[in-house]
Amino acid sequence: MLPIDDDPGACSVPRGGGWRPGARWAQQGATRATVEEQVAALPLHQRPPMRELGRRSEAADHPFKYSSLPGQHRAVSGPAPAMNLVPMVLAEQIGQRQVIAAACPAAMALGLTPGMAVTQARALIPDLDIRPADRAADAALLADLALHAVRHWTPTAAVSGSDGLWLDLSGVAHLHGGETRFCQRLVGFCRRFGLTARVTVASTPGAAHALARFGRDAILLVPGGQEAQALAPLPPAALRLTPEATAAASRFGLDRIADLLPLPRGPLARRLGMASVRRLDEALGRVPEPIVPVVPEETPVAKRRLLEPIGTAEAIEQVIADLLADMMLLLQARRRGVRTLVLLLDRIDGSEQRLAIGTARATRDVVHLARLFHLRIERIDPGDGIETMRLAATRTDPLGATAVAGDLTGEAAVPDVATLVDQIAGRVGEAALFTAAPVESDVPERAVRRAPPLAAPTGWPTWRRPVRLLSRPEPLTGVLALLPDAPPRRFTWRGQVHAVLAGDGPERIHGEWWRRDGEVWAVRDYFRVEDDTGARFWLFRRGDGVDAATGDLSWYLHGLFG
Amino acid sequence: MGAVLPFGIEAVDTRLTGGGLALGGLHETTSATPTLTDDAAATLFAVGIAARAAALSGRRVLWALTRFDLYAPGLEQAGLSPATLFFAEVREDKDVLAVMEDGLRHGGLAAVVGEVKRADMVATRRLQLAAMTGNTPALLSRRWRRQGTCPLTELSAAMTRWRIACAPSTPLPAPGVGRPRWMVELARQRGGPGFTMELEACDDTGRLALPAASRDRATAMAGAAARAA
Repeated sequence: MLPIDDDPGACSVPRGGGWRPGARWAQQGATRATVEEQVAALPLHQRPPMRELGRRSEAADHPFKYSSLPGQHRAVSGPAPAMNLVPMVLAEQIGQRQVIAAACPAAMALGLTPGMAVTQARALIPDLDIRPADRAADAALLADLALHAVRHWTPTAAVSGSDGLWLDLSGVAHLHGGETRFCQRLVGFCRRFGLTARVTVASTPGAAHALARFGRDAILLVPGGQEAQALAPLPPAALRLTPEATAAASRFGLDRIADLLPLPRGPLARRLGMASVRRLDEALGRVPEPIVPVVPEETPVAKRRLLEPIGTAEAIEQVIADLLADMMLLLQARRRGVRTLVLLLDRIDGSEQRLAIGTARATRDVVHLARLFHLRIERIDPGDGIETMRLAATRTDPLGATAVAGDLTGEAAVPDVATLVDQIAGRVGEAALFTAAPVESDVPERAVRRAPPLAAPTGWPTWRRPVRLLSRPEPLTGVLALLPDAPPRRFTWRGQVHAVLAGDGPERIHGEWWRRDGEVWAVRDYFRVEDDTGARFWLFRRGDGVDAATGDLSWYLHGLFG
Repeated sequence: MGAVLPFGIEAVDTRLTGGGLALGGLHETTSATPTLTDDAAATLFAVGIAARAAALSGRRVLWALTRFDLYAPGLEQAGLSPATLFFAEVREDKDVLAVMEDGLRHGGLAAVVGEVKRADMVATRRLQLAAMTGNTPALLSRRWRRQGTCPLTELSAAMTRWRIACAPSTPLPAPGVGRPRWMVELARQRGGPGFTMELEACDDTGRLALPAASRDRATAMAGAAARAA
């Protein structure tokens, strides 16, 4: 047998085998190092599979998994995706299928398109990063962006579809330095937020909509009257046609909007539907398409400037009453009630004082709100005098008409508990008021949580529970009990011996293994026992008395029955 | 005399002035001994009254206290479901009394319960006036401060003052704990004498009950003693 030579010396064929004539690394006299360098320089998705590089330690990839690669490179636009970027897609549930809702450029380059089944994508790209899509959050972000646009850029802005905004630039472009400059600033603004923006300025919303989504440039300004020329090369789907109309257009060979333009309107309407013709007219400006703007919610503010600076509690209370009356008129028109009111007092030395009140339920009750302010009025430091007072309703809730109790039936009206809750919260703090609500847990100390005072929680299961629970179970000594499931006959608690006459139990409560490792096997056996004086206790033993892993058989007192 | 909240037990109601607890009045409860078990019994006694008041009027109950160690599932089993109850956990007794007074004057509650260690004559008189104003029963649960000094020795303007102690439960023919019993003592009431009586504890609607006749109990007690031995 020949000795095994570990060092074959310099050889043009790399070690590990895989040599075959015509392999890439063997061409043009490239060394293995340069080939590896070249391969590393390629984006992840463009690297040749192991099959082409030669076998190392792992098996070659499936020969068909990347078979669609070469034809897909056209989808990559702009710079190549960053190195080592795992392609990511967002998935959503449609019916019984998980479907790709959106794909990153790297994923698009690999041939993953929105609408593809996630299982198929995972088969194509095994290390795909799949995350759930959140349409509601997307819509909320878009709505926020629209509100920002209304507050900062133009009075008329609206959300367009699920991925766009319409901004009406008529008469406002000069405020931003012209349309081009505005578009550049808009794209930059979106880039800082991590959004890729495409902007088109056109005379009609339809044309802008089509060119922003199907045009080639990130920023495009269409001169007035040239919408038809700009739209001509785009596919008919750019006109917001229904899927059926798009399918019909492709069946008739109408692949571009330019094909639609010379057609007579009658036959076009018969083939694609009247709605499609209307979309075309809207894009070309023959039919008006108004934008329904979003209206930002403004914080209602009431304001009083005072002739003379005031400093006494009575005067301040009088002004608060006037402000409240103004505020209630504002809120009544909007059908809303106060949840949080902030009182801002400008002193003549230029400093500002703030005073806030909150209510448990939306209200427009002036007397009640005045009482809440009255409780806090001593916290105001008027200094040399107050010259302006403002009242802002920073949080409001819808408040419609409410039935007045007891007017017609002759019963006495029952005062609303919400006013009492506000009053007590004003005295001792909001955190002091609560009601107990159930938590789905069998472990006694975890079964209760605190809920807002006006909540109406449901109750607990009907297992016997004590009226007072010790915050920490107290260990018992000298316990005399039969194992495994008899109540103790005698125990010592806080230095006093209790002889047990009767007992119920055990009620076995298992540890919650999903919370802590220590509770995986833990068991508590609860007993309700009564001693010779009639005192009733809630005891438990750690462990079931059979298996040592469930607990160490120590006894504790956890609660007291009356 | 305003409306009253009867216990629904003839032997108790006939001995109370007006046939029950005055709805617009202050009532005090305390435990007969400073042990925690008697304290729990006194708490449950107040819970039962509040639960019956809540069921009568369909309103909510306010419970003011300084240290929250109540167990809400236990309160629910005495008739006070979490939807009819809310708590105010405050720093000191002074705040408990102030919160109670707010709740009583508001008039929209079924009952107001407060746990204090100390409440003097002035404070109780204020509570009594507030309870009359709002026509809401006030239940003041006095907790023991010092060994050997019953909280009820302090002067008070309350309509009734109760002292509760645990008693051995109703014996059962089988092993187990029967319905709990309390030794209920009416230490003082306005316009009538006090009394002491053994009653069966609250059921799940807050109602007390009169125990079965004593001759049945004697045999049962003997059985229980034999089992315990």
